[in-house]
Amino acid sequence: MGKIAGSSSLEAVDLHCVRGERKLFGALSFTLRSGELLRIGGANGSGKTSLLRIACGLLEPTRGEVRWDGKDIRRLQEEFWRQLVYIGHANAIKDDLTATENLHVACTLAGVPRQPAQIREALRRLGLAGCEDLPARMLSQGQRRRTTLARLALSEPMPLWILDEPFAALDSEAVEHVQNLIAEHLSRGAAVILTTHLEARIAATLRIDLERT
Amino acid sequence: MLAALRCVIRRDLLLAARRSSDVLTVLLFFVIVVSLFPLGVGPDAGLLRTIAPGVIWVAALLASMLALQRMFASDHTDGTLEQMLLGATPLGMTVAAKVFAHWVISGLPLVLISPVLALQFDFPQEFLGVLALSLALGTPVLSLIGAIGAALTLGLRGGGALLSLLVLPLYVPVLIIGAGAAEAAVSGLGGHAQLLLLGALLVFAVAFAPWAAAVALRISTE
Repeated sequence: MGKIAGSSSLEAVDLHCVRGERKLFGALSFTLRSGELLRIGGANGSGKTSLLRIACGLLEPTRGEVRWDGKDIRRLQEEFWRQLVYIGHANAIKDDLTATENLHVACTLAGVPRQPAQIREALRRLGLAGCEDLPARMLSQGQRRRTTLARLALSEPMPLWILDEPFAALDSEAVEHVQNLIAEHLSRGAAVILTTHLEARIAATLRIDLERT
Repeated sequence: MLAALRCVIRRDLLLAARRSSDVLTVLLFFVIVVSLFPLGVGPDAGLLRTIAPGVIWVAALLASMLALQRMFASDHTDGTLEQMLLGATPLGMTVAAKVFAHWVISGLPLVLISPVLALQFDFPQEFLGVLALSLALGTPVLSLIGAIGAALTLGLRGGGALLSLLVLPLYVPVLIIGAGAAEAAVSGLGGHAQLLLLGALLVFAVAFAPWAAAVALRISTE
């Protein structure tokens, strides 16, 4: 498995986030370099998801900016998103499409079209052999999450993964698989941000704990 | 990038094919609304012939309204919209592909069935082509303008009613010019001027509406 060429960094500068009347966090800064894992902790409602959505450019921070290789991601737009995998709370899976079709669409949209054989291999890796051609509607909650996360096995070239509660709804075997994928990706020289309540096996280089204010 | 656009179009058509009731609802709505008029107005052939283009156009407008809410709503709920916002393809292009698929699902069937419905109104057969052509040029404009409204009202409570209030006034020029095309053709003036205007509206909408809808999507998903 190849290394990711070049080294990139994600830099958050003095981020403030106010949702409605409530201040979620303020004056938050961090720098994440290649090969590093940032783990964001905090209670429910402390702004973890908001922070991730700001980091990937879905949400505009109230103040501050996020930079990728020194450039504001709001300016880079597609240039940044092409290098990013974001797995949110929602599984981004269409009930009427099969697991294979769902992954095919997701990879094509992300700019890394994949062959059906590669997609099947990724699904197998996540323990979904035999479910490839079932409509997602027939899958259990955990199997849907696995389908979504199978994207990670197809996203080696992306130097930044942002994962929101990737282990939610997964059994211990799948958690193990996903942790392996993350560890492999870090060793390839990529950066990963994740939120989780589980005590993960992989050591986080950076930790941010958001407090409820 | 073209691969991504093809993929979005294919996906939406595939979803529509697996959920064909949605497509049929819109089409049946159109057929029923148009068929109600001859029943309500009575068998006065002259009157029916006069109102035919207007009735068919208004019904097409309402039918395309009906389909609008679905344009982004399900993608928004299941999170696939977020993935489109973070895609490698510029969002405006993705939106354009989605609008095209939406038109194929909800607009094209109306265009194809309109000549049959016009027969109920004793509409002169030599002008059925003009009527269908005006709809073929006009309904994509409705989908494009509607996309902006659908994007703006995404995730709002009672978004459906708001969407109608927002979008229907914007449909007025398309309605006037579109219905005018067939009327002008029947009265012997030829509908060319109106068809050209519709074409111009379509070009304008294709160029600008997807980008406006893309900006609206970014705002309403924040």
